[in-house]
Amino acid sequence: MSTIKLTVNGKAVSADLEDRTLLVHLLRDHLGLTGTHVGCDTSQCGACVVHIDGRAVKSCTTLVGQANGTNVTTIEGISRGDELHPMQAAFRDNHGLQCGYCTPGMIMTAIDIVHRHGDELDEATVRQELEGNICRCTGYHNIVKSVLDAAGRMKMAAAAE
Amino acid sequence: MGIEGIGARVTRKEDKRFITGKGRYTDDVRLHGMTYASFVRSPHAHAKIKKIDVTAANNMPGVVDVLTGQQLVDDKIGNLICGWMIHSKDGSPMKMGAWPAMAPEVVRFVGQAVAVVIAETRNQARDAAEAVDVTYEELPAAADISAAIAPGAPQLHPEAPGNVIFDWTIGDEAATNDAFAKAANIVAMDITNNRLAPNAMEPRAAVAEYDTAEEHFTLYTTSQNPHVARLVLSAFYNIAPEHKLRVIAPDVGGGFGSKIFIYPEEMVALWASKRVERPVKWTSDRTEAFLTDAHGRDHLTKAEMAFDKDNKIIGLRVKTYANLGAYMSLFSSSVPTYLYATLLSGQYNIPNIYAEVISVYTNTTPVDAYRGAGRPEASFVMERLMETAARQLKVDPAELRRKNFITSFPHQTPVIMAYDTGDFNASLDAALKAIDYAGFPARKENAKKEGKLRGIGFSCYIEACGIAPSKAVGSLGAGVGLWESAEVRVNPVGTVEILTGSHSHGQGHETTFAQVAADRLGIPLNQVSIVHGDTDKVQFGMGTYGSRSGAVGMSAIVKAMEKIEAKAKKIVAHQLEASENDIVIENGEFKVTGTDKSIAFPMVALAAYTAHNIPEGMEPGLKETAFYDPTNFTFPAGAYICEVEVDPGTGKTEFVNFVAADDFGRLINPMIVEGQVHGGLAQGIGQALLEHAVYDKSGQLMTASFMDYAMPRAEDLPSFKVSHTTTLCPGNPLGIKGCGEAGAIGSSAAVINAITNAIGNNRLEMPASPDRVWHAIHQQQAAE
Repeated sequence: MSTIKLTVNGKAVSADLEDRTLLVHLLRDHLGLTGTHVGCDTSQCGACVVHIDGRAVKSCTTLVGQANGTNVTTIEGISRGDELHPMQAAFRDNHGLQCGYCTPGMIMTAIDIVHRHGDELDEATVRQELEGNICRCTGYHNIVKSVLDAAGRMKMAAAAE
Repeated sequence: MGIEGIGARVTRKEDKRFITGKGRYTDDVRLHGMTYASFVRSPHAHAKIKKIDVTAANNMPGVVDVLTGQQLVDDKIGNLICGWMIHSKDGSPMKMGAWPAMAPEVVRFVGQAVAVVIAETRNQARDAAEAVDVTYEELPAAADISAAIAPGAPQLHPEAPGNVIFDWTIGDEAATNDAFAKAANIVAMDITNNRLAPNAMEPRAAVAEYDTAEEHFTLYTTSQNPHVARLVLSAFYNIAPEHKLRVIAPDVGGGFGSKIFIYPEEMVALWASKRVERPVKWTSDRTEAFLTDAHGRDHLTKAEMAFDKDNKIIGLRVKTYANLGAYMSLFSSSVPTYLYATLLSGQYNIPNIYAEVISVYTNTTPVDAYRGAGRPEASFVMERLMETAARQLKVDPAELRRKNFITSFPHQTPVIMAYDTGDFNASLDAALKAIDYAGFPARKENAKKEGKLRGIGFSCYIEACGIAPSKAVGSLGAGVGLWESAEVRVNPVGTVEILTGSHSHGQGHETTFAQVAADRLGIPLNQVSIVHGDTDKVQFGMGTYGSRSGAVGMSAIVKAMEKIEAKAKKIVAHQLEASENDIVIENGEFKVTGTDKSIAFPMVALAAYTAHNIPEGMEPGLKETAFYDPTNFTFPAGAYICEVEVDPGTGKTEFVNFVAADDFGRLINPMIVEGQVHGGLAQGIGQALLEHAVYDKSGQLMTASFMDYAMPRAEDLPSFKVSHTTTLCPGNPLGIKGCGEAGAIGSSAAVINAITNAIGNNRLEMPASPDRVWHAIHQQQAAE
């Protein structure tokens, strides 16, 4: 057992957990943040992606100890009250989801993609960068559209601030 | 009501909870005092269980109980059923071996459960499951069709000698043989339809709770049809009486058929929750999903097509071996028979068809309906044959198809189906235009200059959807009726709740079903809500699969709406002193035609409940139910054309273009329909290029994780050009045909036809991996 202290969506969290506890289980089982999903056990599908200190990470293969002392952001932490994150809005407007299961991980990965590539994004780059996230419903067509759309929206939102 | 009604591209009502992480899937359910289940699964494909020692596991920290297959038998929990009876050509019923939810004596596939551990935490359950000591005596295994039917093959079930479940036929053998005897040309080929794992992104899960005081069970489960789950669990598995079992399928993260079936784990969770008197949760991990979710496809087919001297098809002869795995799953027997062979006429006028289907047991995961279910297999056979015929007969593949298209409707095929309507030329024309077929030779020439092999491939599919009518499916061996139910509840303030027996797991019913009601009543979409997936709320339903939600589910809603409107008109006629025949609904108002008299819909609703001024003898309230059972299947159809470039140095295929022109009848929400097509195309293309569930000779699944099973990723797929042509389905009130499976049904053949066209070698099996393509290229070069 270890005492883990970290910040999740801006709130300080402290918990005594088995060392083998995975970050995704801390989030889902202990904090009730069920928006982060488990779709595989091998870091292939990306349904569990969260941000640790601003970078996209697969929480299903991150031990809580590795997240000790970090800032974790989950899908529940990216909108401001009722105001959706531009990536969330773009996924809705472009029908970038169907069953919704892979969607939180897709959105968290996609935000990271836009942060890293800024204006340079094109379809090929988005497809390449989504390599670690699997969607079985959409055929990716509308997910790619959503990410490209959100890149523009995020730029405008940043300019407005 | 154009903005939000039928035909409008409305963004989805359900999306907000999914994009904010507020969706509620089965694994998100947490109940007070909940325990966790972990299954002990067979590492062998075929073995006798000699002994199960649970002593060590029972002493592990947190363990509540360890239960075995023998205890399940002792408690008289029923074996799993197959709900569709098929008879062999000699008239004998299919030979079904027993499938207990946990094996007491013999295991027949890797991953079959033999025991379950119930513990305080997920990890404690897993630790203890590893400590359960099972002694097996290994038996020889048959891991594929050829091994199962070989002389001296291991015998899986005593009930099925030679591992043959049924040998079934359809069509007229003598007439077909005659046609072949007269043929000017015969095209023959062997076709393999590879085995797939459905892989919904949400792994299956079940949370079961038993209320000891009420003797009542609740099951949260990842199901496409919770009512059928309740029916089967109560009527056949002896787990609980139907009125003492509530099944809730909350948000479900994709199904693709794999969540239609009732699985052992759901049965065991319910049974165990009563035994331990605490809620029990089981959640599959991905490897368990690969091992235990029903697989799809897996056919070996010999197909022959006979042509007259004018290249008109005069006969089709097909012999298919279908692998059903180690046990017969809920719908498995219907998939290679009535869902497959009845579509072997394709879009073509074929006077004589004869098909024989031999289903066999193998020591592999049970195979059942997966997106399209039988129809992708039929479409692949037909469209590979047509393309091969065009090459053999040296005619343009589009023209050969056109020459043989059915052009007059209704059309009765020789294999049961009566196509109601369609315009196959219109779809083909649209696809040819979208891909610029005329410009292909020049593009091929340019590619050649760059050292690339360019090919183009067609696929013109048809499917039978809207799985109903009850009488028809009953006559074909189904154990249930396949209609749909709807209840429309108008609240006193004029908001509307629609209870439906269809289940949404990504299809957007909360939006499209609401669009239908909003359209008819002229009210905003946000005043309509859709209730589904809970047997305590919705009285009965048959669930969602076979693209039946629109054609059958929405039609039930329309039928209930008609009753609502009729009663509302009576109220309005009474209040405005007009004839009910003169009342029309316009923009949310009930009006007397030719006058300025009207009552807004919310006031009509209120009047129904205040009941101060309604016709004498009328029941108060505004709530109606309808059960809708259509008279025929629906027949979506379309033309897909794929253009690829193959690198002869690596064998890698790159998409240049993929166009789809579908006829789905009326579209309720084109945005959602297109999304369904994209997803279907990805599954069909995935099968053609990447996906394959591979067993070794001993029956070990070699592709039991996403590291080994090639799921299509964003970079593997093109952006699709989709378009629609429309003939309205005459068989239901909305003219809907269904769109959920089309992409998966039609696309695989287009891809393989394009690659074989590019490389000049027609012998290429799915998945057309770079390795296989490279070898096919070199094989061809060596032959030339």
